[in-house]
Amino acid sequence: MMDSVEQLLGPAWPVVWTLAKIVAIVLPLVLSVAYLTLAERKVIGYMQVRIGPNRVGFRGLLQPFADVLKLLMKEVIVPSGANKFLFVLAPVMTIMPAMAAWAVVPFSPELVLANVDAGLLYILAITSMGVYGVIIAGWASNSKYAFLGSMRSAAQIVSYEIAMGFALVGVLMAAQSLNLVDIVNGQRGGGFWSWYWLPLFPLFLVYLISGVAETNRAPFDVAEGETEIVAGFHVEYSGIAFGVFFLAEYANMILISALCSIMFLGGWLPLVDTPLTFIPPIFWLLGKIAFVLFLFLWFRATFPRYRYDQIMRLGWKVFIPITLIWIVLIGALKLAGWWAW
Amino acid sequence: MIMRRIRDFFKTFLLYELVKGMMLTGRHFFQRKITVQYPEEKTPRSPRFRGLHALRRYPNGEERCIACKLCEAICPTLCITIESEQRGDGTRRTTRYDIDLTKCMYCGYCEESCPVDSIVETGIFEYHGEKRGDLYYTKPMLLAVGDKYEAEIARARQADAAFR
Repeated sequence: MMDSVEQLLGPAWPVVWTLAKIVAIVLPLVLSVAYLTLAERKVIGYMQVRIGPNRVGFRGLLQPFADVLKLLMKEVIVPSGANKFLFVLAPVMTIMPAMAAWAVVPFSPELVLANVDAGLLYILAITSMGVYGVIIAGWASNSKYAFLGSMRSAAQIVSYEIAMGFALVGVLMAAQSLNLVDIVNGQRGGGFWSWYWLPLFPLFLVYLISGVAETNRAPFDVAEGETEIVAGFHVEYSGIAFGVFFLAEYANMILISALCSIMFLGGWLPLVDTPLTFIPPIFWLLGKIAFVLFLFLWFRATFPRYRYDQIMRLGWKVFIPITLIWIVLIGALKLAGWWAW
Repeated sequence: MIMRRIRDFFKTFLLYELVKGMMLTGRHFFQRKITVQYPEEKTPRSPRFRGLHALRRYPNGEERCIACKLCEAICPTLCITIESEQRGDGTRRTTRYDIDLTKCMYCGYCEESCPVDSIVETGIFEYHGEKRGDLYYTKPMLLAVGDKYEAEIARARQADAAFR
């Protein structure tokens, strides 16, 4: 059947096929973003001994659609002093990397859009682009709160990028590859004991916490600290322009969770090797992503916001030394031949 | 001293307090939820609850209010307006008794000051207005509220009588 469609479309086929693959990734992604917002409200509600939204649809299951509809109906106000072009460009700049990075994420041994050898490098490069959206949003709004928020956010993202990069250096030293499929395959062996979270435990924690900081999530959400700077870089955004920022934040969360699962939690590999192999690999990956996402929500329900100088101290004086020491340690272990993974 | 510093260092480094906090929220996650699902479920209300106002009548149908204007005098927000005149039978009665509910702060002083228990605050709190002026209650409206909920009002007064 595929062949006949291919012949019918002729030279347009590669374009159509690529678009179809993009839609196949982005559509479920947007849906999971929608339901992540609901999950967040529910989980935080439950941790505060409340029920959370339960009015729209059965147990609140249609709530995300109501929210999106509300945002779509609202007017997008562009402040009179704003740079209109950049103002509109900023949300696009934030969402673009959050979606583009999914191109190299392997869902199962075969299911990956682009199985490139420098996958890890691509991820690092693309996710670093996200900070531009935030900076542009803050600058284009022509508002002091937005500007302060975007400066904080930019400093924070750039700082934690380094710790995150070093944590990934540990992963690539362990896996001897930048290819995400190879990294997951490198964790094959004796179930969850052979995943990288164990030998790289400090790096795993550093990556997870930096991931929270990268996505500007609580407790590192000084970029939008409501009590200090109203709502940070997106104060001036309304309607669906704000919705796109919102979407990007949650898409980034899912991306960080997916990367965390792939690098440290064995990607699509099953928890234990023998009895659980009947579950398809993709469900293992999705389960792990869901687990890490739950951690994100759990953090938000638990921790108060960090002060700005504390964030900087944690990033520069704690995380970077830890990662550097551990990288040297891995190198030494590898050199001595005592590396057991 | 030095031991304590070492212990503190490891406690910080191993995220001891953070994990402890997460255990707490984790436990709450599984606790029974205490949300009251409002329109379907309601919390118990005291008979002293101060909600929508009402003007009461005696059992024979005569309105209680004698236009003494004590409520108007005591009202801190000046939301009560009363005009009165002599009725045919020689008694003093109100011709106008308005309460601006948008001004009212539900302190209950009018109720306290009333010598004949005429103006009362009922337990009704789920009322609304759909256009400007809907919450400006006039004498017939207040009497209508009183007539409609007299049983409930009397019951609440009865329950609280011992403490007055």
